[in-house]
Parts: sequence; C-alpha cells; structure tokens
Amino acid sequence: MKWDEFFVTGEPMIYAAMVAIALTSIGIVAGLTYFKKWGYLWREWLTTVDHKRIGVMYIISALLMLFRGGVDALMMRAQTAAPDMKFLDAQHYNEVFTTHGLIMILFMAMPFIFGLMNVVVPLQIGARDVAFPRLNAISFWMFFFGAMLLNLSFVIGGSPDAGWSAYFPLASKEFSPSVGNNYYAIALQISGIGTLMTGINFLVTILRMRAPGLELMRMPMFTWSTLITSVIITFAFPVLTIALLLMTFDRLFDSQFFTMANGGMDMLWANLFWIWGHPEVYIVILPAFGIYSDIISTFSKKNLYGYKSMVVSMLAISLLSFVVWAHHFYTMGQGVMVNGFFSIATMAIAVPTGVKIFNWLFTLRKGRISFTTPMLYAMAFIPIFTIGGLTGVMLAMASADYHYHNTMFLVAHFHYVLIPGAVFAVIAGFHYWFPKVFGFRLNEKLGKLAFWLIVVCFNITFFPLFLLGLKGMTRRMYTYSAETGFGPLNFVSFLGALGLAAGFVVLVYNIYWSIRYSPRETTGDPWDARTLEWATHSPIPPYNFAEIPNVKTRDAFWFSKIDKNLPIFSGKLEPIHLPSNTGKPFVLGLAFFFLGFFLVFSLWTPAIIAGLAVLAIMAAMSFDRDHGIIIPVEEIRATEKKLRGESI
Amino acid sequence: MKLDASLPLEYSTEENSNRILGFWIFLGAEIALFSTLFTVYFVLVNRYASGPSSKELFALAPVLTETFVLLTSSFTIGLAINAMRHNFKKPAMVFMAITLVLGLVFLSVEINEFVTYVHDGATLSTSAFLSSLFVLLGTHGAHVTFGFLWGSMILIQVAREGFTPATANKSFIFSLYWHFLDVVWIFIFSFVYLKGMM
Repeated sequence: MKWDEFFVTGEPMIYAAMVAIALTSIGIVAGLTYFKKWGYLWREWLTTVDHKRIGVMYIISALLMLFRGGVDALMMRAQTAAPDMKFLDAQHYNEVFTTHGLIMILFMAMPFIFGLMNVVVPLQIGARDVAFPRLNAISFWMFFFGAMLLNLSFVIGGSPDAGWSAYFPLASKEFSPSVGNNYYAIALQISGIGTLMTGINFLVTILRMRAPGLELMRMPMFTWSTLITSVIITFAFPVLTIALLLMTFDRLFDSQFFTMANGGMDMLWANLFWIWGHPEVYIVILPAFGIYSDIISTFSKKNLYGYKSMVVSMLAISLLSFVVWAHHFYTMGQGVMVNGFFSIATMAIAVPTGVKIFNWLFTLRKGRISFTTPMLYAMAFIPIFTIGGLTGVMLAMASADYHYHNTMFLVAHFHYVLIPGAVFAVIAGFHYWFPKVFGFRLNEKLGKLAFWLIVVCFNITFFPLFLLGLKGMTRRMYTYSAETGFGPLNFVSFLGALGLAAGFVVLVYNIYWSIRYSPRETTGDPWDARTLEWATHSPIPPYNFAEIPNVKTRDAFWFSKIDKNLPIFSGKLEPIHLPSNTGKPFVLGLAFFFLGFFLVFSLWTPAIIAGLAVLAIMAAMSFDRDHGIIIPVEEIRATEKKLRGESI
Repeated sequence: MKLDASLPLEYSTEENSNRILGFWIFLGAEIALFSTLFTVYFVLVNRYASGPSSKELFALAPVLTETFVLLTSSFTIGLAINAMRHNFKKPAMVFMAITLVLGLVFLSVEINEFVTYVHDGATLSTSAFLSSLFVLLGTHGAHVTFGFLWGSMILIQVAREGFTPATANKSFIFSLYWHFLDVVWIFIFSFVYLKGMM
C-alpha cells in the first residue's frame, strides 16, 4: 500500500484536521513533559482501578467525543443550509453522517452514562467499589481505544460511509471498497466487548455489594435503571458481537453472509443489527430515566411518586425492547403479519413510558420545587420527550411509516427522543453529581444560560426537520436544488445548530469558570439530597465510606437527616481493604488498538503479533495476585477529619 | 480476606463468590452469542448455492470422535473439581491435564475436518451455508482453543500454589466454562450434524 492510499488526501478540511490532531498531540506531550505530569498521569489515572476516577475518565472522553460529533453535526447542517452547497462533497458527507451517528451514540451517550454509573452507583448502594475493579479498568480502556481507532479512520484510510446502521449490500466490500467499514466492524467490536464487561460488572455489583438493609426495592431509581440496563447489555451486546464478526468475515475473508450471490442474505444484517440496535436505544434511555427520577425527587423535596410502577415499567420496557426491532425496516417487505406484530409491540412501549411521565408529574405535584440547573433540564425533558415519543407512535404505525420512512421526519423524531432523553439527562446528571466528585458546584448562572441556549436552539434545529420530512426531504441527502423548497427550513435549522453549539461552549466555559472561582463546599450534601451518595464527603475519599452505611428505609440518607432514630452510621470504624492499581488494563487496551488497526488494513503478520501480545497480557493478568492495600483505622480517622475541614 | 469455612474453597471469600456469579452471567451472554450464531446457521443452512449441501458434506466418523472426546473431557474436568473439593492436588491436576489433552485431540480432529472440507472445495466463501457453518464451528473451536490456553495457565498456578481460595476459584470457573463448551457442542452435534445428515 502506498502512502497516498494510507492517508486520506485531497481534502483541505481533512488536512486541517490532520494538522489539528498533530498540534494537539504535540501540545499534550509537551505540556505533560513541561509540567512533569507523566508520572502523575500514569500513577493516578492510567493505572487506576478506582470507580470514581474511571467514571471521570469516561466523562472526559465523552465530552471530547461530544465535541467531535458536534463538529460533524455542524458540518452537515452547514452543507444543507442552502440549496446546492459545495461545502462537502457527497463522499465526505456520507462519512460525516456515519461517524456522527456512531460517535454520538456509542462513544458519547454510552460512555457519558457509564461515567455517571461508575461514579454514582457504588456510592448509591453504599459500596467501596464495583465488584471487579480491574475488569472495570479493562472495560474503560477497551472503550477508549475502540473510540480512538474509529476516530483515526478520519485521517488514515477513510471513515466508514454506509450510515451508522451499515446496511448490506452497501457496506459490503463490493460497494464500499475502502477500509472505512473495516474500522466500523473492528472498532465497535473492541469497545463493544468492553461494554459487555461493564454490564456484567454492574449486575454483580448491584446484586451482591449493596449495603446491609438496602433491599432491591429500597434502591435509588438510578441504581435500578443501571441494573435493568445491565441486563439489556448482557443479552443485546452478544448479538452485536456476532453481527460485527460476520461483517468482518464478509469484508476481510470473503465469506458470503450478507452478499447478493452464493446464497447470502443482506436482510440478515439488518435484522441482527437492529436486534441489538433497538435494545441499545433503551441502554441509553433507561439510565436517563433513572437520573431524572433522582433529580426530580431531590428538587421537589418529595419521595418519588409510584416507585413500584417505575420499576415495573422499566422492566416492561426492557422486555419489549427486544421484540420491536423490525419497526426499523417496515418498508423492506416482510409482510403484513410481521409488520402488524412489530407495530403493536412498538406502540405498547408507549404505555410503560407514559406511566413514567405521569409518575414524574405526580412527583412534582405539590412539591417544593427548586429550579436548579439539573432540575431545569429535567423539566424541559418531560414536554420535549413527549413530542419525541408521540412522533414515535406515529412512526410505529406500519402503514403510515411508508410515508415517513427514511425522511427527515424520522431524523427529527430520534433527535427529539435522544437529545432530551439521553443528552439532557447526562448534562443534568453532570451538574447534579459534579459537586460530589470535585467538591464544588458548577456556576448556576452560566449553567442556566447554557440550558436556555441548548433547549431553545435544540427546538429551532430539529423542529423544522419534522416539517421537511413531511414535505418529502429524505435523510442522508447531501444537497438539494432550490426548486424543492427545502432551503428556508434547512437554513433555520442551521441557525439553531449554531445556537446549540454556542450553548455547549457556554457549558464547557462553565466548567473552566467553576474550577477557578466556584466556592468550595464542605458539607458533602450541597443539594439537600436524599440518597446515599450524599452521605459521604465531597470530594469522595478513596474508600467512599469510612463506615458502610446501614439502611432501614428508601431514601435512607434523607430520613437520617430528619429523624434521629434512623441513623445510617454507627461510628464504628474498621480497617478498609482496597484493590491496588495496575497498568495492565491500559496496556491490554493498547494491544487491542494495534490488533484492530492491523486487522483493518489486513496486515496479517503485525496483526498476529498484536494478537499474541493480547494473549500474553491476559496470561500475565491470570498470574497476578492482587492482595490490595489495607487502610488502618487511624489513617481513616485522619482522612475523615481533614475532609471535614478540622485540623489534625 | 475473610474466609468462610462453611463454604467450599472456591466460594470462600466474597470476591470469590462474586466471581462465580459474574461468570454465570457471562455464560448467559455466551448463550446469547451462540444462539445468534445458531440462528444465522438455521437461516442460511439451505442456501448452499453451487456448493455442497450439508447432506453431501458431513461424515459421521470424525464427528462421533469429536463428540466422544469432548464429552469425556467434560467428565474428567468434573472429576478434577471433585478431587479439588477433597484437596487431592495430584489427582486433580492429572484430571485437568487429561481434560486439556482431550481438548487438543478434539481440536486436531476438527482442524483436520476443516482441511478436508476445504480440500473438497467447500470453503468459507463458497456459499452462505458454508460461511455460517465454518463460523459457528470456528467460534466454538476458538472457545476450546482459548480454554486450552486458559486451563494451562491455571494448571501451572495449581502446581505452584496448590489449592488456595484463588486457584480453587479459577479452577472451578474454568470447569463451568468447559462444561458450557460441551453443552454448545451437544447442540452442534444434534442440530448441525445429525439434522444435516438426515
């Protein structure tokens, strides 16, 4: 292979991206060297097995990916802002919408949610860490290097360009000869394995590591949603693993799964992809429901209305999520009976979702509501998500779907569910739990400014797409002529996208501003909240709780504050056992990165060497005996005093 | 580390019993994985294009050998765990070694079978049926290969350290994995080979 085939050439914007990547990398390396932070980075972050730090790394990666996916989105909106734009060519546009979808769902929404899960769930159940801290680090690094591999495709070899759903035969070697879709199959495989491990890890953590007295039906709703999400992950992700494996075989080894000749069946891919893909939607939306439940209950100063029905509705959604996949391709000819079944199953999901909406509204009813930034996002979520949900019911009607299918109406629908559903939720959760992790709140004024920009501009960006879809504008078209009349609404949408971007800039600026100027708080409970994570200090000591809390009620921390007879701590300290750090998960992720990269380019000898390295690291891990570290009682006392602000 | 003497060694610490639960959940995910592969196979089994059909391709003798060898290995790993429960280090190691050797025999018969198929012109790219057959069998075979490597590591650790809570836990989890591969093979034997030869 020649160099000019290896690097993507002939595109001024990609040259600019290359220069930007090179400068950023040089900047990071130089900065770390100048400030002598290499050792700090390695000891405190790259080798950590602490769930809080892993959570923070997930969230930082997710914010970076939000930026990358956001730039993709701006480029798309700019290209379609007016008829016959020449900003992007068709191929580049294809790559941009493909990576936008992949990155936003798999490398932004999911890791952001995993980050919050990592930080919060062990605290909410009163545990010292997750069940398998080292596996947790492996999960993170698999995700991280999978994401890096996909991002690399932009400058080396070319990005995937067959849509995030990569339908065959378009995604086959015959019709997509570049390595783009090899990146798709392999990068997703690597991060997908990490995700599966996260699912198993959190299932065991929640089932086995809860504090004494914290029965399942006393758990905070975010923990419940994580538990149910983990079940979905465990049974949905293996389907993706196989789908991607078959894709890899079709593209690298000429197998005939999804081909048009020799018995292959292209629709098999669509089915496999969506059997994973639809549960995936609920993997990002259920934790969001959990976040909203906790936030709405905290800022209404009331316990959650309909706790049991919340749990039951989530279980119902998780089961239904596995039997609706064919609604993604009603028009591909599977017949009336099949479409009828999937249509009814899809509409049935509106029932448990409606139950949840009413529960949130009844939680708000007669509550003492404080309009903090996280609460504002939760309040905006309810009406906007309802629009998204109702247009979903419109799309669910198989016969009507022939009209909407693959139009901008669909694009508007899923942005109306995913953005208020997942994105607002993670931003709300970010503002809500930020003081827990860092010991100070984000600025409320800037937070609210960002909120109004984001919420208003979100609607300006995406509402016109409903109308464009009904007018017949199909998704994924890179340009259109003036006669179509699509121009004005697209231009409005572009202006909205600029405003949305401005909102995110304010959000990031708020982080910077708050790090510098926000007053530090010492109570550990800045929101007067209800659940166990607020019962420990902020920032959180490495061992989370000096003493494992004892739970007697739902919202145990709240009741311990208002009723002296329901204490959660007895004051007896014991030595604490914590796992020690290890660099192997990072190295394993790196080895997978190289294995993936060589496989993408079919460089067999280096791929085999990298594969052997993966096995060797795993063997080395098998021989590890981690005895961990024991923190003696005196040291716990000293740390606790310091965190309370007393002198030692 | 708190040891609970009322439980078998492999369950004796909290971490150990968490690991076993976690591995059962992982096996649940593996069931989802193999179910997907079986589904793909059943969808594609009659789409053999210009290549051979399952009836023309399969031969009973090697398949029976594989089945016999793998079922026996599942029995011997059971014996190894039984010996471990009685803290008989040497017999446990011998049974584990026999298990691994039987795993190798299985693999060599399977590889030989693949070579025969390819030699007869039935390759991965001949037809959708053959693609799904090779990938289903290959995924199972890759699991056996990984199991062989993993089991060897555990055998070395048992030889070095004897049965501690850590090594007993690893051996037990490995036995779960090995039994699982056997269960998958029973489905392959029944629904791929026997059904395919009928």
